Amino acid sequence: MTDTAEEVSRIGSRWQPGPDGLLLDVRDLQVEFRTREGVAKAINGVDFDLYEGQTLAILGESGSGKSVTAQAIMGILDSPPGFVTGGTVEYCGTDLLKLPESRRRTVRGPEISMIFQDALSALNPVFPVGWQIAEMFRKHRGMNRSDAMREAVRLMERVQIPGAQQRAKAYPHQFSGGMRQRIMIAMAIALDPAILIADEPTTALDVTVQAQIMQLLADLQDERKMGLILITHDLGVVADVADRIAVMYAGRIVEQADVFDLYANPGHPYTKGLLESIPRVDLKGQELSAIGGLPPNLLAIPPGCPFHPRCRYAQDVCKDGAPPPLREVGRNRYAACHFAEDVLREGAHQ
Amino acid sequence: MTEAATEQSIAPVGDVPSASAGRSEWSAAWVELRRKPLFWVSAVLIVIFVAMAVAPQLFTHTDPRYANLADAFKKPSTHGPLFGMDRQGRSVYARTIYGARASLSVGLLATVATTILGMIMGLLAGFFGGWVDAILQRIGEIFFTIPLLLGGILFLYKFPTSVDAPLIVQVLKIVFVLALLGWPNIARLMRGAVLQVKPSDYVQAAKALGAKPGRIIFSHILPNALAPVIVVATINLGVYIAAEATLSFLGIGLQDPAISWGSDISDASGLGEITAAPHMLLFPSLFLSLTVLAFILLGDAVRDAFDPKLR
Repeated sequence: MTDTAEEVSRIGSRWQPGPDGLLLDVRDLQVEFRTREGVAKAINGVDFDLYEGQTLAILGESGSGKSVTAQAIMGILDSPPGFVTGGTVEYCGTDLLKLPESRRRTVRGPEISMIFQDALSALNPVFPVGWQIAEMFRKHRGMNRSDAMREAVRLMERVQIPGAQQRAKAYPHQFSGGMRQRIMIAMAIALDPAILIADEPTTALDVTVQAQIMQLLADLQDERKMGLILITHDLGVVADVADRIAVMYAGRIVEQADVFDLYANPGHPYTKGLLESIPRVDLKGQELSAIGGLPPNLLAIPPGCPFHPRCRYAQDVCKDGAPPPLREVGRNRYAACHFAEDVLREGAHQ
Repeated sequence: MTEAATEQSIAPVGDVPSASAGRSEWSAAWVELRRKPLFWVSAVLIVIFVAMAVAPQLFTHTDPRYANLADAFKKPSTHGPLFGMDRQGRSVYARTIYGARASLSVGLLATVATTILGMIMGLLAGFFGGWVDAILQRIGEIFFTIPLLLGGILFLYKFPTSVDAPLIVQVLKIVFVLALLGWPNIARLMRGAVLQVKPSDYVQAAKALGAKPGRIIFSHILPNALAPVIVVATINLGVYIAAEATLSFLGIGLQDPAISWGSDISDASGLGEITAAPHMLLFPSLFLSLTVLAFILLGDAVRDAFDPKLR
């Protein structure tokens, strides 16, 4: 359903994606946390771009920097202790990092929006959910209360909340986890953003609900041509919806490829390890292979390739010097490993 | 799709809840309050006491300052002086009724002043943190270390109230000193609550959806940090009325022609009076306790009404 007023405001705004539909261009992003114990380098040069209608999954363990990346793009990093120390985040050709906070705030919500892992704690407990969604329209669009409420109910129906009219008056704690996440999604898409960042949107939900939420996100994205950044540690979640996957490790993207290529044949030992650690029915009875060791302490990232202490391909070359750069190792795929070709070749033979 | 078609397609949605659900949190809290018996008990008590303060003539025709020494220490009785007579033969009933004005004004104004001042300071300290927090906290601690009564005595001795000053001036002076010394209590509480609420995901989420700092404070932090402040503020109301009593007892609070529960309680607390005429102590104390109780109950009911989880 198109709203004429929305279309006008969108065309009238100065944010126009590039001719090829490029929305977001992140280059060499660096974030560090200055703590009492020292400086934790949470993100060390992250590059990616996002096009209209594209879904980019950022995959990684906890502490790999995927949520911090999202916060840095949104500009909601807790500062101090978090500081963006380098790089650019260009949205429709404008570097967001150079905008003053007041300008940047106008990007959040109407242009780039975000949903969080735990929708219960991400909704204000003292206000009815309908009121919270309506507030988006009232504050950003200047609607009056009853118009805003009508829009909110319509949006709640769009995210498939049964009995939306009655439920609009209910409070967050009166909803199930899946319904809460739908409400969070409704709030996030209320202003028709060009980019939606979903930070582990299904982690707190059970599996059947996970699938419904992912389907909803995919539908909404189709309908609105949003760019979607999906942050997750769950390989199962991304397989169906993502177009492209960026795997993060210790604040770096270690592999970036289209989803099919990456699943069919990973190009980085870490990705390979992740894929092998998914339990598979056809391998029942065999020991599940897990990646040994722990992710590095960000206060003291090992020299060389940060993954080398846990890597079965590691050679002397991996152990010191600069970390291997992200380089093209195949058609439209990138990996940051000295032995990416070996990993790929080995995978192709299996 | 045209505007009209859009309107039409959502028409069935539009006509039901918008009016009721569009209203704010206040109306929801009011609906909830109306259902609570405790709210009505406290509200009725408060209305009675406020009526006493505003129009004591409605409750008694006796002049509270009329003294007849022949009646001194007369016991309460149903067919004489209802609450008995005090040391100077003044009607305890009339004095208790007339005392509501000074006591309630001191209690309410001091509570409002400390709460507003404390909330602002606590919010600023908790929300902005850093050096703002450090400075506000140190200032608060300076006042915090001065005991309420000692500070009050020092201030009122330094700036004594003349006997001729109108009641409102006397009251405001006491309120000023109580607020000056009482706000750090509320500020600390508020700061703690804000620090607890600030890192929550919904504050982050509000930022991520483009909320301005003002809206984050007033829509997200304040409503979620208010509960402990309401409770403590209502309890403090009694403390302030009692502090006024003590200051008046020391002769530096309200000056004599002024009538307050506090000063009457002080008058009745002499060793001789307690044994000879316990009713002199009983009735003003009873009214004081009922007032404090009524406000505490109201505070409790209001706090519960604003917590959706208790609905």
